[in-house]
Amino acid sequence: MNHVPAALTKKPRLVVIGNGMAGMRTVEEILGRAPDKYEITVFGAEPRVNYNRIMLSPLLSGEKEFDDIVINTHEWYQENRIHLFSGDPVIKIDRDRKVVVSKSGSETAYDQLLLATGSDPIIIPVPGYKLSGVVTFRDVDDVDIMLKVAENGGPAVVIGGGLLGLEAAVGLQARGMTVTVLHLAGHVMERQLDPSAGYLLAQELGRRGIDVITEADTAEIIGTECVTGVRLKDGRMIPADLVVMAVGIRPNGRLGADAGLTVERGIVVDDVMTTSDPDVFAVGECVQHRGQCYGLVAPLFEMAKSCADHLAEIQTDGYAGSVTSTKLKVTGVDVFSAGDFSGGGETEEIVFRDAGRGVYKRIVLEDGKIKGAVLYGDTSDGGWYFQLIKDGQDVTELRDTLAFGQAFAGGAAGNPLDAVAALPDDAEICGCNGICKGTIVSAITEKGLTTLDEVKGHTKASASCGSCSGLVENLLAATLGGDYEVAAVKPICTCTDHDHDSVRRLIKAKDMKSMPAVMQELEWKSSDGCHICRPALNYYLLAAWPNEYADHGASRFINERVHANIQKDGTYSVVPRMWGGLTNPRELRAIADVADKFEIPTVKVTGGQRIDLLGVKKEDLPGVWADLNAAGMVSGHAYGKSLRTVKTCVGQEWCRFGTQMSLSMGVELEKMTWGSWMPHKFKMAVSGCPRNCAEATIKDFGIIATDGGWDLHVGGNGGIHLRGTELLCKVTTGDEVKEYCGAFIQLYREEARYLERTAPWIERIGLKHVQERVVDDAQNRVALFNRFIESQKTAQIDPWAERASKAVDAHEFKSLSLVAAE
Amino acid sequence: MTHIVNWVNVGPIANIPRQGARTLQTETDRIAIFKTLDDQVFALLDRCPHKDGPLAQGIVHGHFVTCPLHNMVFSLETGEAQGLDDGCAAKVEIRLIDGSVHVGLTAEQIGLRHAG
Repeated sequence: MNHVPAALTKKPRLVVIGNGMAGMRTVEEILGRAPDKYEITVFGAEPRVNYNRIMLSPLLSGEKEFDDIVINTHEWYQENRIHLFSGDPVIKIDRDRKVVVSKSGSETAYDQLLLATGSDPIIIPVPGYKLSGVVTFRDVDDVDIMLKVAENGGPAVVIGGGLLGLEAAVGLQARGMTVTVLHLAGHVMERQLDPSAGYLLAQELGRRGIDVITEADTAEIIGTECVTGVRLKDGRMIPADLVVMAVGIRPNGRLGADAGLTVERGIVVDDVMTTSDPDVFAVGECVQHRGQCYGLVAPLFEMAKSCADHLAEIQTDGYAGSVTSTKLKVTGVDVFSAGDFSGGGETEEIVFRDAGRGVYKRIVLEDGKIKGAVLYGDTSDGGWYFQLIKDGQDVTELRDTLAFGQAFAGGAAGNPLDAVAALPDDAEICGCNGICKGTIVSAITEKGLTTLDEVKGHTKASASCGSCSGLVENLLAATLGGDYEVAAVKPICTCTDHDHDSVRRLIKAKDMKSMPAVMQELEWKSSDGCHICRPALNYYLLAAWPNEYADHGASRFINERVHANIQKDGTYSVVPRMWGGLTNPRELRAIADVADKFEIPTVKVTGGQRIDLLGVKKEDLPGVWADLNAAGMVSGHAYGKSLRTVKTCVGQEWCRFGTQMSLSMGVELEKMTWGSWMPHKFKMAVSGCPRNCAEATIKDFGIIATDGGWDLHVGGNGGIHLRGTELLCKVTTGDEVKEYCGAFIQLYREEARYLERTAPWIERIGLKHVQERVVDDAQNRVALFNRFIESQKTAQIDPWAERASKAVDAHEFKSLSLVAAE
Repeated sequence: MTHIVNWVNVGPIANIPRQGARTLQTETDRIAIFKTLDDQVFALLDRCPHKDGPLAQGIVHGHFVTCPLHNMVFSLETGEAQGLDDGCAAKVEIRLIDGSVHVGLTAEQIGLRHAG
């Protein structure tokens, strides 16, 4: 049977396959241009009228009903004399006979054919993906299933933390389910957001009770008939009564491909949406235009216009591709991104962070034009940026105030002094302490304040988080005129205005426990830091939250990442620990065997009384370590900002002059302190008498035995700036030596700046500062010592054994190889 | 520039650590393949123009890598040394196809010294 017999009409017959947004928008556009030009027939796979698919999220969350999201009612189809066949999808196109065949077997002839078959959700074929309760998030049927399961509450898992997945998660949570989002990438919405905005979003979701697990690789969906949970590749199990797969979409070009049209990722079209057959057109998510496939609604509408122009025989420039922008449709969460914000190359970035308001803006510029933008927390200027991107407008003139949005553009000059001068007296400067401009200015003038510290002291402005210190300094400068010179704060690096000390203090004060948290809260100016700030932050976080913070290998220098010292030729050196400089035949044999087996070219005795194997190939490291481990040896941390060696003399054990057991003291101290990460390398020595054969007076912590006990020395250095130690104090028992040693190390760990040895640290703060805390205040000493011992609980794990036998970081030691051709 | 005779598949992007790198040994040299925080991949010859430093061992930040030997910073996109340093690390063609990393190798690199 033919639905539309050709004999009944003289008009050309336009058949549309796909009753979705792209197809119907094109029909609307055609009707708007040439209402009577075509006899239109529409086939839809879903048994209903056309609805707004991007409103599925509000439908799920309950903010909208189905009727609210219907675009075209049955009446509309009738009024426009469109034949609608919903629920009867086309299964075949016969281009020779110019007919389409539907599932029910009917044939419909066309003169012009429009494909708007959309896209399919990607289904990851993990075991269990066909279980009942596993759905995608693509149409109203999916939503119906989700709503039915959600009636009973219970746990739900959303696989995919992209736009759609997060909307599904929020919707299910609104319906009373406990939702966990599993996301493969390192942060949510990684295609639309950079890591900083992703961090803020994950935090907001967390506050709403949605658990986000990143770098979560799904191994299996568990259940016998209905889903009961999801197992990750790392073994974690997450219970679930419902699993929503929202990992992406794939253009649906099957019909086109079967009919012999050119289909790559999508159905290939030109600028007026013509496929490789001049009578067949395609629009929407199923097409590939100039190499691009789109999954957002705005490009579809632009395609619809060009296609309609062409079909209505109106002169058109055609579709030129789209710059896209996205917005998360979750009430109360403002996220916006547009254009290309990946950065790099010739681009520059302007980053604006306001930690107090949870605002993050990043604008990527190239050749004076905006290329992309990411906004979080305040998206009111999203449309403006998007327009500037689309227009390709030169924004050089606006650059200084660009981050503040349209309201500032072309207004007040970019000079920060003029900007603060222009603020009203009641403008809040310090959000933490609620201090207004007027209060600060009158304090400056009435009390004759001239420095930032004085302002902090008198007004408390910038005395908490310090984010406003720049503003306060500008106020000082604006108020005092030429009399004020900005104090020299030495920032860690160009990524931040904060110095080491304020970062350390704020990590504790603001309870920041991850690197993205620090970078956001302290308004970092780059997206993921650099080789200077990242290792410092990693250390500060590790020192602040010893048994909690997960070490970030990618932020460590190579030596600490692979637990060996890189050499000039890219080989490594390996130094096993020799406790207190003691070794034995078994260890020496093992070292000799290793050197033979792995053809290690150089074996050298180090200044720290141990043996260095030089010239080890990176891929051999795990094998070398395995053999050394087998002989009972562990990493000597000769590569680390950590405890290196405890050098000893032979002491009372052997020496005729020895006054104390320096060998055993050295061994005990090394056993207590090894594995501890520090701001810089840390060396110790124990001499058994004042002849000081172990050269303890150029060590970070040096111990010299006397008749009556032990002299404890600190802050020595034998490097570029030779510096003898200063005497910290004298103690009598071995236990005291250990307690003072642990307390001193902990003070150094907590107070010194990253890459600051004890010598410059003590010169900076003064020996007295150390003595007050470690010697004079017994209670504080014990507290420091206890914190050190506590942090050692998780520090004393041999990193070599973990890599030699437990395959930790296996990717470090193996090159990539070619995948066999398919 | 030498021309590429062969695109080789070196496996899924997931095998390269984020903010990190892996290496690929060819017949003539070693290639460093980087993955940045935004999951983009880049490739350079694994030796810096300054002292042949193994760039794959450096810290990756933004679209840059810091050489492990002397802390020179190179753009992953262009290979150019940043800041006041001069020099350019050799770029290697790379692309992602369906989540797999493909590297463009020359005849010499794949051991076809006498080919074509």
